[in-house]
Amino acid sequence: MNSRLRDFRRLGWFTLRRVLALFVTVLIGVYLTIVIANMGGKVDELRKLQIRSTVSESVRADPSFSEMDSEKRNELIKEQVQLQIEQRNLDEPFIWRSFDYLAQAIQLDLGRAEEMHSDTGSRAVYDIIVERLPATLLLFGTANLLVFFVSVYAALYLSRRYGSRLDRAVIGLAPSSAAPAWFYGIFLILLFAFVVPVLPAGGMVAIPPPEDPWVYAGSVLEHLVLPVIAMFLSSIFISIYSWRTFFLIHSSEDYVEMARAKGLPSNLIQSRYILRPTLAPIITNFLLMLIGLWSGAIILEQVFNWPGLGTLLFQAIGHRDTPVIIGGVVIFAYLLAVTVFMLDFLYAILDPRVRIEGGEQ
Amino acid sequence: MNRWVQGLRELRGYPSAVGGLAIILFLVALSLYTVITIPYSEALDRWRGGDHWQMNPVNAGPVWADRLLGGNLPQTRVVESDNADVREAPFEGGKQVRIPLTFEYDNEGFPSELNLFLNQKGTQQEAFVRLTWHTPSGETIPLGGQRVSEEDRISISQNRALEGRLGMVPHVGLFAGGSDPADPRAERGDYRLTVDAMLFDPGAELEADLAVYGRVHGLAGTDYQRRNLMLALMWGTPVALAFGLLAAVGTTITTLVIAATGVWYRGWVDALIQRLTEVNMILPMLPILVMVGTLYSTSIWLMLGVVIALGIFSAGIKTYRAMLLPIREAPYIEAARAYGAGNARIILRYMIPRILPVLIPTFVTLIPTFVFLEASLAVLGLGDPELPTWGKVLNDAQEQSALYNGFYYWVVAPAVLLMLTGLGFAMFGFALDRVFNPRLRTQ
Repeated sequence: MNSRLRDFRRLGWFTLRRVLALFVTVLIGVYLTIVIANMGGKVDELRKLQIRSTVSESVRADPSFSEMDSEKRNELIKEQVQLQIEQRNLDEPFIWRSFDYLAQAIQLDLGRAEEMHSDTGSRAVYDIIVERLPATLLLFGTANLLVFFVSVYAALYLSRRYGSRLDRAVIGLAPSSAAPAWFYGIFLILLFAFVVPVLPAGGMVAIPPPEDPWVYAGSVLEHLVLPVIAMFLSSIFISIYSWRTFFLIHSSEDYVEMARAKGLPSNLIQSRYILRPTLAPIITNFLLMLIGLWSGAIILEQVFNWPGLGTLLFQAIGHRDTPVIIGGVVIFAYLLAVTVFMLDFLYAILDPRVRIEGGEQ
Repeated sequence: MNRWVQGLRELRGYPSAVGGLAIILFLVALSLYTVITIPYSEALDRWRGGDHWQMNPVNAGPVWADRLLGGNLPQTRVVESDNADVREAPFEGGKQVRIPLTFEYDNEGFPSELNLFLNQKGTQQEAFVRLTWHTPSGETIPLGGQRVSEEDRISISQNRALEGRLGMVPHVGLFAGGSDPADPRAERGDYRLTVDAMLFDPGAELEADLAVYGRVHGLAGTDYQRRNLMLALMWGTPVALAFGLLAAVGTTITTLVIAATGVWYRGWVDALIQRLTEVNMILPMLPILVMVGTLYSTSIWLMLGVVIALGIFSAGIKTYRAMLLPIREAPYIEAARAYGAGNARIILRYMIPRILPVLIPTFVTLIPTFVFLEASLAVLGLGDPELPTWGKVLNDAQEQSALYNGFYYWVVAPAVLLMLTGLGFAMFGFALDRVFNPRLRTQ
């Protein structure tokens, strides 16, 4: 009883420290992003210039001011510019504002976009991001889940047939993963959209989008094929290779040899003696992959013209729309931190060493 | 040392290692050849485009691809007045010159463009030029006349009046003979363009060069600015190799030294390094590179610096740390401390060399990652503004919808080179991994 209490205290202490460390990590990471995305304050200068030009343009174009003499008009322009600058807090030094941004970002108050807006017309960063999320999740979820499960099963299969012709063929193909998915994408587009035009070259649905939901789904599916194949091709072999190596190392442990010597059926050995002790790294990998979905892939989405988060981020950077950039990074950072914490916690519960030594090493 | 020699000898048994090494050697040789034959400044200057390329066709495919498929498309040819039988007849205050530019056309399909370059020497006066076209079947087509200044170009292909008369674009119509305008076929034989010029200065000379642009050009073809793609493909090699190698060296070595320092000093140094690594994990690499590219500059060297800076505290530190921790307690380190080796010496000379063999395969497989990273940035339009690279060729092709227009060579050539680089290093690296990390060979 006493030892259990001690365990809990250690676990609580460990949890607290991890949460604090991760929070500081997120804080610093997000702050660095804010500074980079604002070019250390230079974006503000650009923004002020933009305000000045739009205000003077609108004043000059307004017929009710055309009678005014130029000095008064300049005065008016100056006043309005000042007003707008104050409205956006642009008169404060960047250093202070950067901390404001940080506080807002950490509270997940993502604010409003400077230039961009969602398809429904909303300017809230939250709406913009949420609108693009399904497209990214659909594409990367499909591809990554496919790669993950196929590679784990294939690796288990190959590790039992170590050295066979199939095994060697897969190892021989592993270097093909040196090329990223977008690269295979270009070839696939060339082959299946232009040389043999059977699939669409890009986009997510046909234009105009079909009315009937079934036809719509079919169209999305059709557009999904090439990018998924591209991602699958670029990572499947290296993935199988590394899982296979991993399983091979674990299936040469003494307790597995022992089980074999006892004459246990190979299915039982696989599920109880190989898979169970390796479950933790497999789960880690799976969770990290799930977070990886969030960031999307800028280039693959660009190549396939896929309206996901990667494209959004790229457009936001092009428009120097810092709230959108920071919003994307903040959410990514939080998700990563939460996952890392969950993994730590899981390990702490599963691994007695962590409890005894209080978390260090 | 023996271990290395033995390892290398063992590599010969792996076909993938031999293949990979062959590809790497080929790429290195190609880059050396490129750097020696086309100096850096010249490459930049030419890639900027302009008059260098005025004798090249626009968007022409490679010759070998056409010939391999049994085609016989025309290559560019230039008919110069230097070799022509020029006749002059003086009159008061000037002279009349007749330059017959004759050439034999023996190809399938039509030229892609027709241009006449005129160069008048020894006078400031404008000349008057009248052009006549003679087909092999004896037909004579007047192409009209115009005034020309000292150096001038007459774009016969863009002569709208002529196009209206022929019912086809001039570079097709002039070669079509009497064939059906709906399905024109090139007439083979000797063509002649007669240039009749009135020069208003007795001392003036006129040079005329007729460029009959082809549909295929050289080994690699040309792009929309008439630039020979070979230049970019060749210069892309040293750029890609240098970028990949420098980035891989920069990130691996700094990461390794920092990991070793952390392990050696322990305590707050180690903790700080670990926290920094975690911060770095949150920072998204590609978006930051894109930000730097859009907001600051797209110079390839700045990108290289940012890649290395972001790579210093990469996730690799955790792996190296795990490898170095047991080494720290090894007896030979204790011995080194006993005879008074300093901290830096122990880290650099005792700890790091110990795990180098394990790292070399990782290092080799890391190179293509950075080569592709550079290409990725270029494909996003953030390539170096001046340097010709494979990624920039791909980007140009994408922007000009090369695939849609059927200019496959434009995409395929740089992509194949990228793939070759990736495969070469990856194959070699995987083989190295099996030789230097033999934990699986005993199975």
